[in-house]
Amino acid sequence: MVKDSLLQKEYELGFTYTRSTGPVVGKFLTGLKNRQIFGNRASDGRVIVPPMEYDPETFRPLNDFVQVSDAGVIESWCWVSKPRSSHPSAVPFAWAMIKLDGADISMIHHIVTNEQNRVVTGARVKALWIDQPVGFISDIRCFVLEED
Amino acid sequence: MDNKNKEVIDAIEAPIYLKYKFTAGLAPARFLSQLKQGVLTGQRCPKCDNVYVPPRGSCPACGVATEEEVVLGDKATVQSFTIVSIPIPGNPIQPPYIVANLVPDGANISFIHLMSECVNEEVRIGQRVTAIWKPREEWDFAMDNIRYFKPLDEPDVPAELIGHLSVNGTEN
Repeated sequence: MVKDSLLQKEYELGFTYTRSTGPVVGKFLTGLKNRQIFGNRASDGRVIVPPMEYDPETFRPLNDFVQVSDAGVIESWCWVSKPRSSHPSAVPFAWAMIKLDGADISMIHHIVTNEQNRVVTGARVKALWIDQPVGFISDIRCFVLEED
Repeated sequence: MDNKNKEVIDAIEAPIYLKYKFTAGLAPARFLSQLKQGVLTGQRCPKCDNVYVPPRGSCPACGVATEEEVVLGDKATVQSFTIVSIPIPGNPIQPPYIVANLVPDGANISFIHLMSECVNEEVRIGQRVTAIWKPREEWDFAMDNIRYFKPLDEPDVPAELIGHLSVNGTEN
Protein backbone atom coordinates (compact mmCIF):
# COMPACT_ATOMS: atom_id res chain seq x y z
CA MET A 1 0.00 0.00 0.00
CA VAL A 2 1.27 3.43 -0.90
CA LYS A 3 1.63 5.68 2.10
CA ASP A 4 0.04 9.08 1.68
CA SER A 5 0.95 12.00 3.83
CA LEU A 6 -1.42 12.60 6.74
CA LEU A 7 -4.36 14.83 6.02
CA GLN A 8 -5.50 17.43 8.53
CA LYS A 9 -8.41 19.81 8.56
CA GLU A 10 -9.87 22.36 10.95
CA TYR A 11 -13.48 21.95 11.98
CA GLU A 12 -15.75 24.07 14.09
CA LEU A 13 -18.90 22.72 15.65
CA GLY A 14 -21.24 25.42 16.92
CA PHE A 15 -24.22 25.12 19.22
CA THR A 16 -25.98 28.50 19.00
CA TYR A 17 -28.00 28.22 22.18
CA THR A 18 -30.25 30.90 23.60
CA ARG A 19 -30.89 30.19 27.25
CA SER A 20 -33.76 31.35 29.43
CA THR A 21 -32.43 33.00 32.55
CA GLY A 22 -35.33 32.39 34.89
CA PRO A 23 -36.42 35.19 37.26
CA VAL A 24 -33.42 35.10 39.61
CA VAL A 25 -30.54 35.18 37.12
CA GLY A 26 -32.72 37.52 35.05
CA LYS A 27 -32.89 39.90 38.00
CA PHE A 28 -29.08 39.78 38.32
CA LEU A 29 -28.53 40.42 34.59
CA THR A 30 -31.17 43.14 34.50
CA GLY A 31 -29.30 44.78 37.37
CA LEU A 32 -26.03 44.61 35.45
CA LYS A 33 -27.69 46.38 32.55
CA ASN A 34 -28.37 49.24 34.96
CA ARG A 35 -24.86 49.01 36.44
CA GLN A 36 -26.23 47.51 39.62
CA ILE A 37 -25.26 44.25 41.25
CA PHE A 38 -27.94 42.21 43.01
CA GLY A 39 -27.67 39.29 45.34
CA ASN A 40 -30.33 37.72 47.51
CA ARG A 41 -30.67 36.88 51.16
CA ALA A 42 -30.61 33.26 52.21
CA SER A 43 -32.51 31.80 55.18
CA ASP A 44 -29.40 32.10 57.37
CA GLY A 45 -29.17 35.82 56.61
CA ARG A 46 -26.20 35.66 54.26
CA VAL A 47 -26.33 37.75 51.09
CA ILE A 48 -25.43 35.56 48.13
CA VAL A 49 -24.00 37.14 44.98
CA PRO A 50 -24.81 36.30 42.23
CA PRO A 51 -28.25 35.46 43.61
CA MET A 52 -29.23 31.81 44.07
CA GLU A 53 -32.52 30.37 42.92
CA TYR A 54 -33.06 28.15 45.96
CA ASP A 55 -31.95 28.31 49.54
CA PRO A 56 -29.04 25.94 50.21
CA GLU A 57 -30.51 24.91 53.60
CA THR A 58 -34.29 24.99 53.22
CA PHE A 59 -34.43 24.55 49.43
CA ARG A 60 -37.14 27.20 49.25
CA PRO A 61 -37.11 29.78 46.45
CA LEU A 62 -35.13 32.90 47.32
CA ASN A 63 -36.78 36.20 46.45
CA ASP A 64 -35.32 38.73 48.89
CA PHE A 65 -33.06 40.63 46.51
CA VAL A 66 -30.41 42.92 47.93
CA GLN A 67 -28.32 45.39 46.00
CA VAL A 68 -24.64 45.24 46.86
CA SER A 69 -21.72 47.48 46.01
CA ASP A 70 -19.75 47.19 42.79
CA ALA A 71 -16.55 47.37 44.86
CA GLY A 72 -15.13 44.84 47.27
CA VAL A 73 -12.19 42.77 48.47
CA ILE A 74 -10.09 40.08 46.81
CA GLU A 75 -10.61 36.82 48.72
CA SER A 76 -8.42 34.70 46.47
CA TRP A 77 -6.92 34.97 43.03
CA CYS A 78 -4.91 33.25 40.32
CA TRP A 79 -2.68 35.13 37.92
CA VAL A 80 -2.96 34.19 34.24
CA SER A 81 0.21 35.28 32.47
CA LYS A 82 -0.68 33.85 29.07
CA PRO A 83 -4.39 34.38 28.36
CA ARG A 84 -6.07 32.02 25.94
CA SER A 85 -8.51 33.04 23.23
CA SER A 86 -11.50 32.03 25.34
CA HIS A 87 -10.40 34.12 28.32
CA PRO A 88 -12.14 37.42 29.05
CA SER A 89 -8.95 39.44 28.75
CA ALA A 90 -6.34 39.52 25.99
CA VAL A 91 -3.70 40.87 28.37
CA PRO A 92 -2.44 39.09 31.51
CA PHE A 93 -5.06 39.17 34.25
CA ALA A 94 -6.12 37.53 37.50
CA TRP A 95 -9.10 35.30 38.04
CA ALA A 96 -10.36 36.35 41.44
CA MET A 97 -12.98 35.58 44.05
CA ILE A 98 -14.24 39.02 45.00
CA LYS A 99 -16.42 39.68 48.03
CA LEU A 100 -18.41 42.76 47.18
CA ASP A 101 -19.30 45.17 49.97
CA GLY A 102 -22.66 44.06 51.33
CA ALA A 103 -22.24 40.47 50.17
CA ASP A 104 -21.32 37.43 52.27
CA ILE A 105 -20.30 35.18 49.40
CA SER A 106 -17.53 36.02 46.96
CA MET A 107 -18.14 36.16 43.23
CA ILE A 108 -15.74 35.08 40.52
CA HIS A 109 -14.62 37.71 38.04
CA HIS A 110 -11.32 38.92 36.68
CA ILE A 111 -8.94 41.74 37.52
CA VAL A 112 -6.85 43.60 34.98
CA THR A 113 -3.87 45.57 36.19
CA ASN A 114 -0.29 46.22 35.17
CA GLU A 115 0.70 46.06 38.82
CA GLN A 116 0.61 42.32 39.34
CA ASN A 117 2.31 42.60 42.74
CA ARG A 118 -0.68 44.54 44.07
CA VAL A 119 -3.03 41.64 43.38
CA VAL A 120 -3.14 40.19 46.89
CA THR A 121 -5.80 38.74 49.14
CA GLY A 122 -7.46 41.62 50.98
CA ALA A 123 -6.77 44.23 48.31
CA ARG A 124 -9.72 46.38 47.30
CA VAL A 125 -11.09 46.33 43.76
CA LYS A 126 -13.98 47.96 41.94
CA ALA A 127 -15.95 47.14 38.84
CA LEU A 128 -15.08 48.82 35.55
CA TRP A 129 -18.30 48.93 33.55
CA ILE A 130 -18.54 48.89 29.77
CA ASP A 131 -20.03 51.96 28.11
CA GLN A 132 -23.32 50.42 27.10
CA PRO A 133 -24.31 47.50 29.32
CA VAL A 134 -26.54 44.88 27.68
CA GLY A 135 -27.46 42.64 30.61
CA PHE A 136 -24.59 40.15 30.64
CA ILE A 137 -21.77 39.34 33.05
CA SER A 138 -19.29 41.02 30.67
CA ASP A 139 -21.07 44.34 31.33
CA ILE A 140 -18.42 44.42 34.05
CA ARG A 141 -15.44 44.75 31.70
CA CYS A 142 -13.18 43.74 34.57
CA PHE A 143 -12.35 44.69 38.13
CA VAL A 144 -9.53 47.15 38.75
CA LEU A 145 -7.53 47.88 41.87
CA GLU A 146 -8.76 50.78 43.91
CA GLU A 147 -6.18 53.46 44.48
CA ASP A 148 -4.43 53.27 47.82
CA MET B 1 -31.92 38.24 20.10
CA ASP B 2 -31.17 41.76 21.26
CA ASN B 3 -31.23 42.59 24.95
CA LYS B 4 -30.37 46.26 24.36
CA ASN B 5 -33.99 47.31 24.22
CA LYS B 6 -35.26 44.96 26.91
CA GLU B 7 -36.05 46.33 30.32
CA VAL B 8 -36.03 42.91 31.96
CA ILE B 9 -33.52 40.32 30.84
CA ASP B 10 -35.08 36.88 30.50
CA ALA B 11 -32.79 35.18 27.98
CA ILE B 12 -29.17 35.26 26.94
CA GLU B 13 -27.27 34.03 23.94
CA ALA B 14 -24.94 31.30 25.11
CA PRO B 15 -23.34 29.73 22.06
CA ILE B 16 -20.73 27.02 22.40
CA TYR B 17 -18.13 26.58 19.68
CA LEU B 18 -15.96 23.48 19.57
CA LYS B 19 -12.87 23.77 17.39
CA TYR B 20 -11.32 20.56 16.14
CA LYS B 21 -8.24 19.73 14.16
CA PHE B 22 -9.13 16.44 12.52
CA THR B 23 -6.20 14.26 11.53
CA ALA B 24 -7.03 11.41 9.20
CA GLY B 25 -5.21 8.21 10.11
CA LEU B 26 -3.24 6.23 7.54
CA ALA B 27 -6.23 4.31 6.20
CA PRO B 28 -8.63 7.28 5.98
CA ALA B 29 -5.86 9.42 4.45
CA ARG B 30 -5.34 6.76 1.77
CA PHE B 31 -9.12 6.55 1.23
CA LEU B 32 -9.42 10.34 0.86
CA SER B 33 -6.39 10.52 -1.45
CA GLN B 34 -8.01 7.93 -3.71
CA LEU B 35 -11.30 9.83 -3.56
CA LYS B 36 -9.46 12.89 -4.81
CA GLN B 37 -8.55 10.77 -7.86
CA GLY B 38 -12.19 9.77 -8.30
CA VAL B 39 -11.78 6.25 -6.95
CA LEU B 40 -13.81 4.72 -4.13
CA THR B 41 -11.77 2.24 -2.11
CA GLY B 42 -12.15 -0.02 0.89
CA GLN B 43 -9.88 -2.34 2.83
CA ARG B 44 -10.24 -6.11 3.23
CA CYS B 45 -9.79 -7.91 6.53
CA PRO B 46 -7.16 -10.67 6.12
CA LYS B 47 -9.10 -12.92 8.52
CA CYS B 48 -12.80 -12.60 7.72
CA ASP B 49 -12.55 -11.10 4.20
CA ASN B 50 -15.01 -8.31 5.04
CA VAL B 51 -14.36 -5.14 3.05
CA TYR B 52 -14.76 -1.90 4.97
CA VAL B 53 -15.56 1.48 3.44
CA PRO B 54 -14.45 3.98 4.50
CA PRO B 55 -11.53 1.96 5.87
CA ARG B 56 -10.36 2.62 9.42
CA GLY B 57 -7.25 0.49 9.16
CA SER B 58 -8.54 -2.42 11.22
CA CYS B 59 -11.32 -4.97 11.35
CA PRO B 60 -13.55 -4.32 14.37
CA ALA B 61 -14.77 -7.94 14.33
CA CYS B 62 -11.37 -9.66 14.17
CA GLY B 63 -9.23 -6.99 15.80
CA VAL B 64 -6.55 -7.19 13.12
CA ALA B 65 -5.04 -4.53 10.87
CA THR B 66 -6.39 -4.23 7.35
CA GLU B 67 -3.92 -3.44 4.58
CA GLU B 68 -5.27 -4.85 1.33
CA GLU B 69 -6.88 -2.05 -0.63
CA VAL B 70 -9.94 -2.92 -2.68
CA VAL B 71 -11.14 -0.68 -5.50
CA LEU B 72 -14.92 -0.47 -5.41
CA GLY B 73 -17.26 0.40 -8.24
CA ASP B 74 -19.69 3.28 -8.48
CA LYS B 75 -22.69 1.01 -8.05
CA ALA B 76 -24.30 0.42 -4.68
CA THR B 77 -27.40 -1.01 -3.01
CA VAL B 78 -29.79 0.77 -0.65
CA GLN B 79 -29.53 -0.89 2.75
CA SER B 80 -31.79 1.60 4.51
CA PHE B 81 -32.92 5.17 3.99
CA THR B 82 -34.87 8.05 5.44
CA ILE B 83 -36.79 10.90 3.89
CA VAL B 84 -35.66 14.13 5.51
CA SER B 85 -38.58 16.55 5.71
CA ILE B 86 -37.31 19.09 8.23
CA PRO B 87 -34.75 21.70 7.16
CA ILE B 88 -31.49 21.53 9.09
CA PRO B 89 -29.97 24.95 9.91
CA GLY B 90 -26.96 25.62 7.71
CA ASN B 91 -27.73 22.77 5.33
CA PRO B 92 -28.31 24.14 1.81
CA ILE B 93 -30.28 21.09 0.66
CA GLN B 94 -34.00 21.73 0.48
CA PRO B 95 -36.19 19.01 1.98
CA PRO B 96 -37.71 16.62 1.28
CA TYR B 97 -34.63 14.63 0.32
CA ILE B 98 -33.29 11.14 0.86
CA VAL B 99 -30.40 10.13 3.07
CA ALA B 100 -29.48 6.49 2.66
CA ASN B 101 -27.15 3.83 3.96
CA LEU B 102 -25.58 2.49 0.78
CA VAL B 103 -23.40 -0.60 0.37
CA PRO B 104 -21.09 -0.25 -2.62
CA ASP B 105 -20.57 -3.38 -4.69
CA GLY B 106 -17.60 -5.31 -3.32
CA ALA B 107 -17.97 -3.91 0.20
CA ASN B 108 -19.69 -5.42 3.22
CA ILE B 109 -20.70 -2.32 5.12
CA SER B 110 -22.60 0.80 4.20
CA PHE B 111 -21.83 4.48 4.29
CA ILE B 112 -24.29 7.34 4.42
CA HIS B 113 -24.91 9.45 1.34
CA LEU B 114 -27.60 11.38 -0.49
CA MET B 115 -29.94 10.08 -3.16
CA SER B 116 -31.35 12.24 -5.91
CA GLU B 117 -32.90 11.99 -9.38
CA CYS B 118 -35.31 9.59 -7.75
CA VAL B 119 -38.96 9.53 -6.77
CA ASN B 120 -38.70 9.74 -2.99
CA GLU B 121 -41.80 7.60 -2.45
CA GLU B 122 -40.35 4.83 -4.64
CA VAL B 123 -37.01 4.52 -2.88
CA ARG B 124 -36.74 1.11 -1.25
CA ILE B 125 -34.38 -1.27 0.48
CA GLY B 126 -32.50 -3.33 -2.11
CA GLN B 127 -32.74 -0.64 -4.80
CA ARG B 128 -29.73 -0.34 -7.07
CA VAL B 129 -28.04 3.05 -7.37
CA THR B 130 -24.94 4.57 -8.93
CA ALA B 131 -22.68 7.43 -7.93
CA ILE B 132 -22.93 10.79 -9.69
CA TRP B 133 -19.57 12.50 -9.33
CA LYS B 134 -18.86 16.19 -9.41
CA PRO B 135 -16.80 17.48 -12.34
CA ARG B 136 -13.19 16.29 -12.04
CA GLU B 137 -11.84 19.81 -11.41
CA GLU B 138 -13.90 20.04 -8.21
CA TRP B 139 -12.56 16.83 -6.69
CA ASP B 140 -11.08 17.24 -3.23
CA PHE B 141 -10.20 14.97 -0.29
CA ALA B 142 -13.90 14.60 0.39
CA MET B 143 -16.79 12.19 0.17
CA ASP B 144 -18.92 14.86 -1.45
CA ASN B 145 -16.86 14.45 -4.62
CA ILE B 146 -19.81 12.15 -5.15
CA ARG B 147 -22.68 14.58 -5.42
CA TYR B 148 -25.33 11.93 -4.84
CA PHE B 149 -26.48 8.48 -5.92
CA LYS B 150 -29.27 7.94 -8.43
CA PRO B 151 -31.36 4.87 -9.14
CA LEU B 152 -30.23 2.29 -11.69
CA ASP B 153 -32.52 0.28 -13.91
CA GLU B 154 -31.50 -3.04 -12.36
CA PRO B 155 -33.47 -5.64 -10.41
CA ASP B 156 -33.58 -5.10 -6.64
CA VAL B 157 -31.17 -7.03 -4.48
CA PRO B 158 -32.88 -9.45 -2.06
CA ALA B 159 -32.45 -8.26 1.53
CA GLU B 160 -30.28 -11.23 2.53
CA LEU B 161 -27.78 -10.44 -0.24
CA ILE B 162 -27.38 -6.75 0.57
CA GLY B 163 -23.80 -6.25 1.67
CA HIS B 164 -22.68 -9.49 0.03
CA LEU B 165 -22.34 -8.53 -3.63
CA SER B 166 -18.99 -8.80 -5.38
CA VAL B 167 -17.39 -5.79 -6.98
CA ASN B 168 -19.11 -6.88 -10.19
CA GLY B 169 -22.48 -6.27 -8.55
CA THR B 170 -25.47 -8.29 -9.67
CA GLU B 171 -23.60 -9.71 -12.67
CA ASN B 172 -21.50 -11.93 -10.39
